[in-house]
Formats: sequence, structure tokens, C-alpha cells
Amino acid sequence: MEDFLEIMTELLEGFGNTIALFAVTLLLALPLGLVLAFGSMSKFKPLKCFVKILVWVIRGTPLMLQILLVSFLPSVFGVATKDIASALGLTVADTLFFFVALAFVINYACYFSEIYRAGIEAIPVGQYEAGKVLGLSKRQIFSKIVFMQVVRRILPPMSNEIITLVKDTSLAQVLGVLDLLNAAKAMVNKFVVLTPFLYAAVFYLLFSGLLTILFGWLEKKLSYYKV
Amino acid sequence: MAFLEVKEITKKFGETSVLKGVSFEMEQGEVVSVIGSSGNGKTTLLRCLNFLETPDGGSITVGGTTVFPTEKAKEKKETNGLNFGMVFQSFHLFPQYTAIENITLAMDVQAKERIKRQGLKLLERKAALKQAKAQNEETAKTLLARVGLENKMNNYPCELSGGQQQRVAIARALALSPDILCFDEPTSALDPELTGEVLKVIKGLRDEGRTMIIVTHEMQFARNVSDKIIFMADGVIEEIGTPSQIFDDPQSEKTRAFFAKASE
Repeated sequence: MEDFLEIMTELLEGFGNTIALFAVTLLLALPLGLVLAFGSMSKFKPLKCFVKILVWVIRGTPLMLQILLVSFLPSVFGVATKDIASALGLTVADTLFFFVALAFVINYACYFSEIYRAGIEAIPVGQYEAGKVLGLSKRQIFSKIVFMQVVRRILPPMSNEIITLVKDTSLAQVLGVLDLLNAAKAMVNKFVVLTPFLYAAVFYLLFSGLLTILFGWLEKKLSYYKV
Repeated sequence: MAFLEVKEITKKFGETSVLKGVSFEMEQGEVVSVIGSSGNGKTTLLRCLNFLETPDGGSITVGGTTVFPTEKAKEKKETNGLNFGMVFQSFHLFPQYTAIENITLAMDVQAKERIKRQGLKLLERKAALKQAKAQNEETAKTLLARVGLENKMNNYPCELSGGQQQRVAIARALALSPDILCFDEPTSALDPELTGEVLKVIKGLRDEGRTMIIVTHEMQFARNVSDKIIFMADGVIEEIGTPSQIFDDPQSEKTRAFFAKASE
């Protein structure tokens, strides 16, 4: 029983980190993705090119590699992780979490940007024209007319990507961040039983199940009209 | 000087010249119908008037003010909303808004900008905005009643028939009280049994003295409703005149050929 409690405490701590990484990634990658989407549709060629290449590189290489790269890059310039930690006023563990989060945000923003782009490009040009002849500015057309239609269209692919993110958080362990899976692994090693993996699986399932329900509800809520 | 003066408007898409110098005039309260085969520049002409396309050359003057070409792009935008209104062939209602919200949207945005410019304090601004919104809603209700849809104000476009959607679109275009209301084949996307209700609304607007330009394939309607008919062929105005001049006594060979084909 004491073992079980220790396992659970450890797993919950890991789960907390998993949720934190998930939340930070979503919170920052969702708006950044929209910015990138506008960049990739920009009429300003250099910007468009830059974003297209960025998306190609990020989508074309493993996320794990990107995490490692972010964490090793400072040391290439002779800056140690603990120096960065003290400069930022963080612990080393938090700094590693910061590196992981940075890689996640960039990676997911790129994927999100393509989903946004698909959604924005699917809006019929007539919607823009109707707004224009009513004297609305480009910004007003986007915020008042287009955006909510885009949200509705991209909800299914977005929920797909966000559920993938739940599981991708386990990659954080390459830098030794104590996420849910890493905590489970530690407990498996410590007590030489496999049950911590099972518990971890249940946590992941509950989390993604909750998200599935949430997105289902959102989709239903937004389907009060036909596109 | 006529109310609307369109002079030598030209427009090219790539190498294709769609408008090759179109000029006409109309007075306030007049209804002008533009007829002709598809692909002869009728829609492009309307789109140029509404600045959905920028003409390559020529000028547009409304009530003595030149709206094209203008020095600044911004000036063009500000004059645009007031001078012309547009009703599209396939309605283009905003699907996520109810009928009445479709109509109040632009009015509310305008009111918000107007109130912002007055530099009021936050609470005063909120009160003013609330009042303006209530006013806009009343206007929208009147407009919906005008097109016979006051009982559909809380319906979404997907819950309305094509004819009803087009009538909401007309009310929406009227909301900003444009000087000149343009219709781009307003009944072409409708089932035959639904065209009547839309044409009736347009006729009613004519009786109110609205200035309108109507691109249409409904010959009988054009004849009944218009003060002037413009027949376009090959990017130019081939013939212009009263309905009886154009329909009963067309001068141009192309006009006669068009009618012969249309009546086949």
C-alpha cells in the first residue's frame, strides 16, 4: 500500500509536468500558429519564403531532434545550461523544461499554421467581398466574419493534433524532464513491477478522453449553422 | 452633371480585355438594367463600381465627387461604403449570423467607429454604443419587414430558402443606405418559383425611388422595371436606351442577334 501511494505521488507529479507542458504549448502555439499562417499566405515574398522553409524544416525533422538541438545549442556557444538557469533565475530542471517547451511551441505552431491556412483558404471569397462592399476593413472582415468560420472548419483537425500533443509530451524525457512517462519508468525501475506503466496509460487515456469529449461538445456547439 | 458618371472604364485580366472603355450616366432615382450574353463584362462593370476590382483606367463620379481614381487608397475605402451597395448572385450571407445580425453587423461596426472618434469616456462610450445598437436593430427590423421577412429575423441563413436569403441580402445592402444599389444577377441562383419574390422586392424599391443598377437575364423584368437599358457586348456598351427603344427597335446588329437567340 505504501508502495502504491509512493508510485501514485510520483506519477501525479509527473502528470502535473505533462499537463503544464501541454498547456504552455497550446497557449503559445495556437496564436503563434495563426501568425505563421498569415506569414505563409503573405504577399511579401521573403516572409512567405521564410515561413514556408521553417514549416518544411520543422515538419520534416523529428520533434525529439528539435528538443535535443534546442538544449545543446547554447553549449555550442560555450554557454552551459546552469548558466542559463542562473541568468533566468530558474532551477536547472525548470530550464530544461523551458527548452522542451520552446521546441514544442515552435513545432506545434508550424503544424497549427498549416491547419489554420487550410481553414482560411477554404472560406469562400464571396464572404470577403460581401464584407468589403459593406465597407468593412480587412481586419474587421477577418475578425467579424471569417475567424469564427475558420474555427469551426478546423476544429476536427485541430482536436486531432491536440490529442497527439498529449502523447508527444512524453518526448520531454529526453532531457530528463520528469513527465508522466518518465515518472512511470522511474517507478518501474524502483519497484520492479510493470503496473506504473499501466497507471500511466490510464492517465493518458483519461486525459485524451476528456479532450475528446470537450472537442465533441465544442463541435456540436458550433454546428448551429451550416457552412 | 449627371448623378453617376462612368467614363471610359477599362479593365484587363491578364491579356484579356474585359472592359474596353465603358461610359454611361444615370440620374438619381433611375433604374438601369444591364443585359447581354455572359462573359461580356456586365459583372466586371458592377464589380468595378463596387471596388471589388480596380479599373485600369477611366473615372467614376457620384454626385459630383470623383470616387475613382482617388489619390489615397483610404479615401477610396471611406467613400465606397456610402456610394454603392451590392447584392450578389449567390447572396454571400454570413452563415454564423442570424438574418437580423447579418443586417446589423456593418451598421454596428460603423457605429462603433463613429463613437470611438468622439473621444468619450469609457462608460459614456458603452452607453452610446448600446443605444446605437438598439437603434440599428430597429432599422434592421424595418428593413426585414420591408422585404417581408420580419418573422425570420432570428433564423440562420441555412434555415432560409434561396429567395428568402436573397431578400435578407437586399435588406443587408440597404442597411448602409447606399446612393446606388447594384444587383449582380440577383435571381440567377434561384429556382424559378423563387425568382418572383425577389423581383417583387426590387420592383418595390423602384417604386420608392431607389437608384439601382441591375445586371440581369430576366428580360421581361428588365423591361418592366427599368428607365434605361444598357446592352453590353464584347466589353463595350453596344446600345443604350429606353426599354422600348432597346427591346422593340434595337439599332445594333449585335442587339438584334442577342434577342433572336434569347427568344429561341
